[in-house]
Amino acid sequence: MSTKKQIHLAAHFPGVNNTTVWSDPASGSQTDFSSFVHFAHSAERGLFDFLFLAEGLRLREHRGKIHDLDVVGRPDTLTVLGAIGAVTTHLGLGGTINTTFNEPYELARQFASLDHLSGGRAAWNLVTSSDAFTGENFRRGGFLRPEQRYDRAQQILDAARELWLSDRAPVEFRSDQFTFEGRFTLPPTPQGHPVLIQSGDSDEGREFGARTADAIFSRHGTVEAGQAFYRDLKGRMPRYGRRPAEITILPATTFALGDTEAEAHEVAERVRREQVSPQTAIAFLEQVWGRDLSAYDPDGPLPDIEPDPGATITRGRVRHEKDPLAVAKAWRELAAAKGGLSIRELIIETTARQSFVGTPRQVAAQMDDYVQQDAADGFILVPHLVPGGLDEFVEKVVPELQDRGSYRTAYTGSTLREHLGLARPTTTRQSERAAG
Amino acid sequence: MGRYAFLGVQLGTSGEPSAAHHVALAEAAARTGADLIVWADSLVPPGPADPPTLDATAVAARVAPTVAGVGLVPTVTVTHTEPFHISKAIATLDLVSQGRAGWQVDVSRTDEEARLFGRKPAAPLATLWREAAEAIEVVVRLWDSWEDDAVVRDVATGRYVDRDRLHYIDFVGEFFSVKGPSITPRSPQAHPLVVLPDDPDALPAAAAWADVVRVAAPDLVAAHAARERIRAAVAGAGRDPDAVAVLLDVALGDADVDAGLRVRGGPGALVEVTVEAVREGAADGVILLAPAKLDAFAGVADRLAERGLRRPVSDGATLRERFGLSRPDNYFAGVGS
Repeated sequence: MSTKKQIHLAAHFPGVNNTTVWSDPASGSQTDFSSFVHFAHSAERGLFDFLFLAEGLRLREHRGKIHDLDVVGRPDTLTVLGAIGAVTTHLGLGGTINTTFNEPYELARQFASLDHLSGGRAAWNLVTSSDAFTGENFRRGGFLRPEQRYDRAQQILDAARELWLSDRAPVEFRSDQFTFEGRFTLPPTPQGHPVLIQSGDSDEGREFGARTADAIFSRHGTVEAGQAFYRDLKGRMPRYGRRPAEITILPATTFALGDTEAEAHEVAERVRREQVSPQTAIAFLEQVWGRDLSAYDPDGPLPDIEPDPGATITRGRVRHEKDPLAVAKAWRELAAAKGGLSIRELIIETTARQSFVGTPRQVAAQMDDYVQQDAADGFILVPHLVPGGLDEFVEKVVPELQDRGSYRTAYTGSTLREHLGLARPTTTRQSERAAG
Repeated sequence: MGRYAFLGVQLGTSGEPSAAHHVALAEAAARTGADLIVWADSLVPPGPADPPTLDATAVAARVAPTVAGVGLVPTVTVTHTEPFHISKAIATLDLVSQGRAGWQVDVSRTDEEARLFGRKPAAPLATLWREAAEAIEVVVRLWDSWEDDAVVRDVATGRYVDRDRLHYIDFVGEFFSVKGPSITPRSPQAHPLVVLPDDPDALPAAAAWADVVRVAAPDLVAAHAARERIRAAVAGAGRDPDAVAVLLDVALGDADVDAGLRVRGGPGALVEVTVEAVREGAADGVILLAPAKLDAFAGVADRLAERGLRRPVSDGATLRERFGLSRPDNYFAGVGS
């Protein structure tokens, strides 16, 4: 029997970034339940560990108006996951729920309900935020200071875990962020409590992940960058008494497939052009420049003017560019080195490259190598199309991975913890009995 | 209204916390031919020896794809929760059920519930329902914060949405303010059915927002008085009383409940009391408080139909359509963002 390291796969329902192509004739509804059913059935046919839904609690704005170039709008994470639980049997059900604009008792009950009703398939991606922009939709407004984000995330998780594992014994919880007491309404769930996912890449985020997460979404592309992150993250675990195998690291991954390598590259090129429309190219540029650049031709050269480093032109999305002046300099050099790229060509070049491009066999080999070299434990795939974006991968790449002995040929467990090879957490009462 | 007898079944979220248990109950409720299932729920923890309770919206979401036809109405409390979250949760229940969602509004009255959150002390009922009225307004406005045709997918201009068809609700009230728009597009029914209790403190909220008001009265005389009072309040709020159904809670002999009209007997007795209540103008229908033997009530709606009291419903009807309610115009349409 194979002792090869096994690949874990998760599927990200294409969301509100420009990587989701809505202009393609094959693009279906982003919100009809039938789209979620299609996507979930594909993931379950492909024996994926779980399906994943992202969340944002305020529609993004660009230059003071709702950003209209990408997909906008999505259903409530917990409710749609609950309904997907009715049309699937093994697939894990993961979603982002914000740790700032929720209270632990209610959230713990909602997640425990999802886990009970799905037979132990729920997962919570804890996302922190502190912005007053999103807070305008909630009772407390922008109450949290940025440096308290991870304190609150840790405390809401500690509180939820106490409730989940309390076995309905009285809980009294006191921390900076929360003071509450009472009994929970539910016993521990089929997998003890939901699987916990973390995706922040800052030093604080990594520490939080090493201490608490069962799975981590990363965004490190090359084998070397993946390995460095993998070593760093797993290296932080022993100080919390945890073994490296207790976290599954899943980089966000895109792919383009073709019957031949050349055809795959043609597909990749076409999709990248669809992902970066002329208007989207200008919007990306404006994010870095911090200025209105609507007068510039997307098929023309980069602006001569310098970015406004202090300006924030986009709200409601994470900004990755640390130093706009440095980014502008690097982009000008890149555009020149490639023989004079236009604005749109440059944005395509810098933002939209797929992780794996090739025939199904080539892509399977690349993914397998990546995992066998400990650059990751698997992947969270981010297809570019709703609802069929996963179909070709499931039909063609999954069998290749199975042939390589790196991927399951049937589900062997029923809970998400079992898919991930994780032990069931012990309840407070069980640990008390063990201690007593 | 007054011609038809609407029929609801109330279930709880307690018992074995599994899909098998709760889906079986919902299937039995649907077999009565009811217009809607209401899931009673509160944040009050059950006693240590009592069965556990699940979140009602989670139960309704799990039921939606597998139990057809019937309306799905979870209770969601508004006192310690966020109207923004409630709005998108119920809109999403409407999406996954193809237009069969409703929302039973309730408040959290007790110190015990307040201590589960630790954000504020318990408040008098009048205050709680004043806050609830604000929460309902926010939820309903957020349901309208997307116009139906906001998603345009206009390749020529690169725009996925027409942002002039998305609206900030800019709600500022006594208890909270909410900016909007929702993150969830307008749902199939636009406004899932809003269900409120008949309570003196809840009457202003019911008059302004309810599609259904539930009356717990010991006899038909008291029910008649309650219905008249509710209809007058609805008219006083500038709405059509015929657009609000007043449903009478009916408990069968064996039901483990302490309110509502108590009836001896089985399905036959339920039919007779419903016919009498509707003919006398004491109610527009009934909500059957889950009896121990729900299976005995299979097809009971057909027996009301034989008495000429059921609105004909087409397959795939939305919950609003079952109640003869039109799909509402958008509050913000034509306003511009």
